[in-house]
Amino acid sequence: MTMNAPRLTRREFTAALGGIVLSFSLAPTVALAQNPARLPGSLDTNRTLDAWLRINADGSVTVFTGKVELGQGIVTALAQIAAEELDVPLAHIRMIAGDTGRTPNEGQTAGSQSIEQSGTALRMAGAEVRAMLIDLAAKKLDVAANTLKVNDGVIHAPDGRKLGYGELAAQADLKREATAKVAPKPAAQHKIVGKSVPRIDIPGKVTGAAAFVQDLRLPGMLHGRIVRPPRYGAKLESFDEATVKAMPGVIAVVRDGSFLGVIARREEQAINARLVLMEFAKWSGGPLLPEPAKLYEQLMALRSEDRVISEKDAPLPAGATMIAATYHRPYQAHAAIAPSCALAEFKDGKLTVWTHSQGVYPLRATMAKALGMQPRDIRCIHAEGAGCYGHNGADDVAFDAAMLARAVNGRPVRLQWMRDDEFKWEPYGPAMTMKVKGAVAGGRVVDWAFDVWSQSHNMRPGDPDGVNLLGSWYLADAKRPGPARHSPQPNGAGDRNAITLYDFPRQRTTHHLIIENLVRTSALRTLGAYANVFAIESFIDELAAAAGIDPVAFRLAHIRDERERAVIEAVAKAAAWKPGESYQRGDGRRGRGIGYARYKTVATYTAVIAEVEVNRTTGVVKVPRIWAAVDAGQIINPDGLINQIEGGVIQSMSWTLHEHVRFDRNGIISEDWMNYPILTMPEAPKVETVLINRPNERALGAGEAAQGPTAAAIANAFAAATGQRIRELPLTPERVKQALASPLVGKPLNTVRYPIDASADVVEKGL
Amino acid sequence: MAISLKVNGTTRSVDAEPDTPLLYVLRNDLELNGAKYGCALTQCGACTVLVNGAARRSCVTPAGSIEGNEVTTLEGLGTLDKLHPLQKAFIDEQAAQCGYCIGGMIMSAADLLKRNPQPREAEVRAALADNLCRCGTHNRIIRAVLRAAQNMRGQ
Repeated sequence: MTMNAPRLTRREFTAALGGIVLSFSLAPTVALAQNPARLPGSLDTNRTLDAWLRINADGSVTVFTGKVELGQGIVTALAQIAAEELDVPLAHIRMIAGDTGRTPNEGQTAGSQSIEQSGTALRMAGAEVRAMLIDLAAKKLDVAANTLKVNDGVIHAPDGRKLGYGELAAQADLKREATAKVAPKPAAQHKIVGKSVPRIDIPGKVTGAAAFVQDLRLPGMLHGRIVRPPRYGAKLESFDEATVKAMPGVIAVVRDGSFLGVIARREEQAINARLVLMEFAKWSGGPLLPEPAKLYEQLMALRSEDRVISEKDAPLPAGATMIAATYHRPYQAHAAIAPSCALAEFKDGKLTVWTHSQGVYPLRATMAKALGMQPRDIRCIHAEGAGCYGHNGADDVAFDAAMLARAVNGRPVRLQWMRDDEFKWEPYGPAMTMKVKGAVAGGRVVDWAFDVWSQSHNMRPGDPDGVNLLGSWYLADAKRPGPARHSPQPNGAGDRNAITLYDFPRQRTTHHLIIENLVRTSALRTLGAYANVFAIESFIDELAAAAGIDPVAFRLAHIRDERERAVIEAVAKAAAWKPGESYQRGDGRRGRGIGYARYKTVATYTAVIAEVEVNRTTGVVKVPRIWAAVDAGQIINPDGLINQIEGGVIQSMSWTLHEHVRFDRNGIISEDWMNYPILTMPEAPKVETVLINRPNERALGAGEAAQGPTAAAIANAFAAATGQRIRELPLTPERVKQALASPLVGKPLNTVRYPIDASADVVEKGL
Repeated sequence: MAISLKVNGTTRSVDAEPDTPLLYVLRNDLELNGAKYGCALTQCGACTVLVNGAARRSCVTPAGSIEGNEVTTLEGLGTLDKLHPLQKAFIDEQAAQCGYCIGGMIMSAADLLKRNPQPREAEVRAALADNLCRCGTHNRIIRAVLRAAQNMRGQ
């Protein structure tokens, strides 16, 4: 059990109040050589050993990481890595995560990169510190270092003498640059890494410990609420300050331009005051939103920056069958179970913010700009929120809380957004359009063109030019968001996973980055990969059907990489896939489909098979079973990996069957769980996950690996079941009924035979 | 105004208006973390507590309306040293990702197991239909409740 296991306790949170002495060499790069050697993972940007590890006199080890817990179990996995390399029991590890006063700057906890970045740094630093401790012990004991053995944080000499790490702590000089020259343990020697170690945070969470930022209480704490405009960009003309100020418990009403908030002694008083402020506030202006029915047309008509991101130019053979299709993905919300929350305190010109931001350093930098402060006067300390799944309101509420706290100097303010604040104002995953053309000849894909249109998927704090904090755009001295930017491949953003993984000799992929923002968007889990994989893998099935080949066999025929093949074969085996089964449509109600992707083109491999049941009368699609096969390289925590994959599968199923942000021209309509429903407990599929462990390969993140393949597997299963294909997400009952009623919907929109004019004008007409 | 509440076996006096939702009294006055704010609309279940043993959404329950009733929160179900079988089963099944919904899940499950000590899987799913989980931990939560039911029968 994990009773003594490390976790971030309330003491950790509140300890910050006293002003903890900085525990590592801040800004280590200043003192270093001009062109330092590249170091692995996040060691490269946080180069001193004491930025990562501290050996304590009691033999425990404090581990500092810039990556934070978002519900993905990362803090446990990082503790495992540190314990493994240092040869200490897991219970001796104390984790400190995401604190601009204490931890390394590792940017955002995003993109499934924590194991690669922070994990690699801790692995290398751990190996190096262990070697240092052994050298120290060798000198003290006057024996050769290679005769010493380490067990549970105690160094043993052959003659029976021993020294604990704690006894060597004072002499271990960790204030020096890492060399990364000490090889970490080979996988065969791992005792902690690779084991399903229980999550260190779960016991507290099931017994009511103060586990979340929502649970922090400081002496003299007040409660805040924010009043948002009725629509994006509206201006506050007037409001009834006098009435609200006379309400019980109200301490202050804060107005700056069109930013409006209230502070009260008790939480329910702040909530009541917010309602009264909302009722009497007068707003004007704000642009109209797109016509929902014409959303995709309107988006594609906006100015975009177009880039060809991949091109191969083999000649086109004669006699090929060409098809084309267009896919859409709507705006989708993060929809965390907890609306965003922050706690802020202004004291003596310094600001401390407790936040569930994914990046405490970028948040600090951007808050400094928005508030006209110096970054050194702001401390951002991570405290968990509900699972975030990307850039939600976490950063925005931190800024809002700071605005309120500044109005009551010295008293901490806890600000919890209301449910409608979160739904209506969080940055959504962007609506996207994917157009695909492809041709098959002799059972092989001989031509492929993929175009994706999307708004920005990265409008996070940390932008060098803009201020990406919602509240700051409404101040009297209004700040502006940063511009939409391309992100380089292979990570990409809207074009994440847009380049086909298949071995097509002739292909062209174009990313159309829409510059204007009609609806607020930013990073939602997987960025563009969910929609791109949905489109690519749906279309692969359409091409397989055109070629008359089983979808599993068709995929394998276009893949050379052994690890890619292995996950597809593994999922087909687990699901007992029968070649050609997807053509046996039976009664048009049941079917299975496959989806595959290697996340970000270079990371985790995931193949998914879904089984669907379609109710042709109600249009409801059920997914009773899903199989997933995953290769995430070296597995740190098998149970944690399964939990992440299952979670990704189920969340993607929710996106794929239910989720789209509802709006009309006057604003966002989705404001609660009734008009933004998500997958419920009775709907959850059985999920069977097959793990392929590669102990000698790089460990890869898995939080975003399954979403794209799951969407495609469900859409392909629907097509297999009914013979009709739905190319616009989500697969709502209305859309299903429409598809089943229309014989044309399921067919590729245009089918022409080569040779045609290769400029493909003929095909475009059908798009 | 003072309200007298019996929470987790102890009578507590709280200085709040009687129409104050129980959720804020539990969290802010009694400093109990188990019930969570999620929507204040009875849609998500994160705020679920037991009132006289039955699941109740504390976000819309006026604190003054339940004076004299027995309120049980996650903290009252069990502690780290003396876990309730549901809490133990959620740890054993590692049935959480972010864990924000879990307190409400456990309280709704406690209500179910009291009414129905031998639920079938479909009954567990139905009992938790109005408790939302966003991380996709659904199957582990269902397994944890079934495991707890089994362990409680064995005791």
